[in-house]
Amino acid sequence: MRAVDALMECLKAEGVDVVFGLPGGANLPTYDAFYDAGIRHILVRHEAGGGHAAEGYAKATGKVGVSLGTSGPGATNLVTPICDAMMDSVPVVFLTGQVRTELLGTDGFQEADTIGITMPIVKHSFMIQHPLEIPRSVHEAFHLARTGRPGPVVVDIPQDLSRADIPYEPVTDVHLPGYQPTIEGNQKQIRLAAKALANSRRPVIYAGGGIINANAAVELTELATADRFPVTCTVMGLGAFPAPHDLWLGMLGMHGTRAANYAMDEADLICAIGARFDDRITGKLAEFAPRAKFIHIDIDPAEISKNVPAHIPIVGDAKNILPRLTAEYRAVSADPGRLEEWWSRIHGWQERHPLRYDDSKDSEIKPQYMIEALYEATGGDAIVSSDVGQHQMWAAQYFHFNKPRRWINSGGLGTMGFGLPAAMGAKVGCPDETVVCIAGDGSVQMNMQELATCAQEGIAIKVFIMNNGYLGMVRQWQELFWDKRYSQVDTGQFPDFVSLAAAYGATGRRFEDKKTLVSDMKEALATEGPVLVDVRVTREENTYPMIPAGKPARDMVG
Amino acid sequence: MGEPGTQELLSLDELEAAGSVRTGRKHILSILVENKPGVLTRIAGLFARRGFNIDTLAVGPTDEERLSRITLTLDGATHPIDQVTKQMHKLVNVLKIRDLEPEEALARELALFKVSADGANRAEVMQVCEVFRAKIVDLNRRSLTVEVTGTCEKVDAFERLIRPFGLIEMARTGEIAIARGRGET
Repeated sequence: MRAVDALMECLKAEGVDVVFGLPGGANLPTYDAFYDAGIRHILVRHEAGGGHAAEGYAKATGKVGVSLGTSGPGATNLVTPICDAMMDSVPVVFLTGQVRTELLGTDGFQEADTIGITMPIVKHSFMIQHPLEIPRSVHEAFHLARTGRPGPVVVDIPQDLSRADIPYEPVTDVHLPGYQPTIEGNQKQIRLAAKALANSRRPVIYAGGGIINANAAVELTELATADRFPVTCTVMGLGAFPAPHDLWLGMLGMHGTRAANYAMDEADLICAIGARFDDRITGKLAEFAPRAKFIHIDIDPAEISKNVPAHIPIVGDAKNILPRLTAEYRAVSADPGRLEEWWSRIHGWQERHPLRYDDSKDSEIKPQYMIEALYEATGGDAIVSSDVGQHQMWAAQYFHFNKPRRWINSGGLGTMGFGLPAAMGAKVGCPDETVVCIAGDGSVQMNMQELATCAQEGIAIKVFIMNNGYLGMVRQWQELFWDKRYSQVDTGQFPDFVSLAAAYGATGRRFEDKKTLVSDMKEALATEGPVLVDVRVTREENTYPMIPAGKPARDMVG
Repeated sequence: MGEPGTQELLSLDELEAAGSVRTGRKHILSILVENKPGVLTRIAGLFARRGFNIDTLAVGPTDEERLSRITLTLDGATHPIDQVTKQMHKLVNVLKIRDLEPEEALARELALFKVSADGANRAEVMQVCEVFRAKIVDLNRRSLTVEVTGTCEKVDAFERLIRPFGLIEMARTGEIAIARGRGET
């Protein structure tokens, strides 16, 4: 059979039910195979939209996303989603077309060195050199994307090889001698961690996206409730711990709560799980958590002691380690009263410094209120994607995620334009869920074109644009740190999103009145098909609280 | 600490952080990789983007056709070696990394020196060569070319001695190494 038909068999064997892509010259054979392969293909309008959609699909479902592009510009358009998936450990397989082998290295039409360009931003990549390699490489790509620390894998297939005839036999095993992720945590280290927790008087559990990738949210709650361990999550980890919970401190980091950041600052023991001590968490590294010892649980050994030296490193899968740590902890009889003082200190911070904003006295919609209104309108029961900027931080602060895989955002790379296509992918993966995108008026335009895809395919996402007519986060920094010299951040009131939505075949609405916002949102959510809502909010509102870049948590402002 | 009810004692003060230590010495990493296209690029790219500096690098075949060995030296004073090896281990084509301790490794480098040697200093140059067991591999009226093998320290020493005679050019392979004794590297 043709190698591309074998490729279809491989995708089916991997359980792929949908892919996001855009055809071109070099992947024509693949698209010929899609014609009757029985795999749902969603034709995106830009490869980046397809790549982010595959990420959104993967984050919402926990399955591997698949994204396709042709050679040259098709592949270079995928560079941003590939890098995004790498930074946030999202399992996506990218299948790129390549020029015919005889043209390789000749600067042929639509030739780009896809493997070379993407090498620093992939978990692994395969340059197909013989048609017989295709089935095995595709299966290895899925295995690599899905297991260990998940990530993007690129398979680059020259056009002539993809149409060659090969004898196809299903591949039932993958053999990667250089890839053996550690799943099981070391028992001695787990016991040591349990003892350290039992002897700690000011512990904090600091959980990241690794909990969600490991499907270990329940196990995290069990550990936290085995005593009364305070829990904070990174922006990637939101939903790993139920937001309305006595032990919940809120998000930590640059725009996290004071309670979370102060607790980290004063902790004597920090138990990091599936988190990587990013600079948005640590602030000034030299003054980060100066009194703390660190337990660091991660599936990627290279994360341990990368930024912050770990005292008790445990390499493995959180799903494997957390129940064992909880059991070990229960076996040690810790003094139940020892956390009283710590909690009264934390409660003091929570009472003195809750997340707050000055609400408007009139019909003006404050951006924070917009998130609270959306939380109310959805009953909190929705998958929420976001773009990158102020709206992302307000969504993280005011939309209380109580389950994993409900919050889909671009944390590591901070990719504007991520939200709309990611929501599209999430909706395709979870058609019965309400999927909303909280977008910025700047960000949303970076992948606006996918609204056409949504309209054509009937993908009923509800996009709420927090429209302040600014690139708001940059404006905020210019206000606070650059003497209010607003340089190139005013986007005016362009475009007219309502007519634009209509032009794309979606429903467009504009909300400007706080008093009716919740009911207006409910109505938008109940509207069939894709909906784009332009919500006009206060123009110059700042995201607080904030740890200024390069400062320690103690120096939080706002 | 002796909290009431605590069965086993562990003071948090006793815990020591591990990792990211700078050893302050030269490290020889012997890396077994799959003989596949792009492997060297992946390793070199990783070093470049993580800001690790390679001192020397030598690549060659092994006794197994599907494998190559990369021998790489770097300075443990400027790099956390554990972070370097852990990042390299994440490359799927890297099978094995051994950080060879100086006393357990045999390390050799090959170097070629072209030295200006006319009548006046030729005898003296040849004397230095003899001490270092360097082999003269090319000779003409105005220069001679010498082959030296040994540890990089020996090659360095040879270079220091020969330079005053007029070093025209030099080529060095970088060290390769293998573990002492019966066990595999």
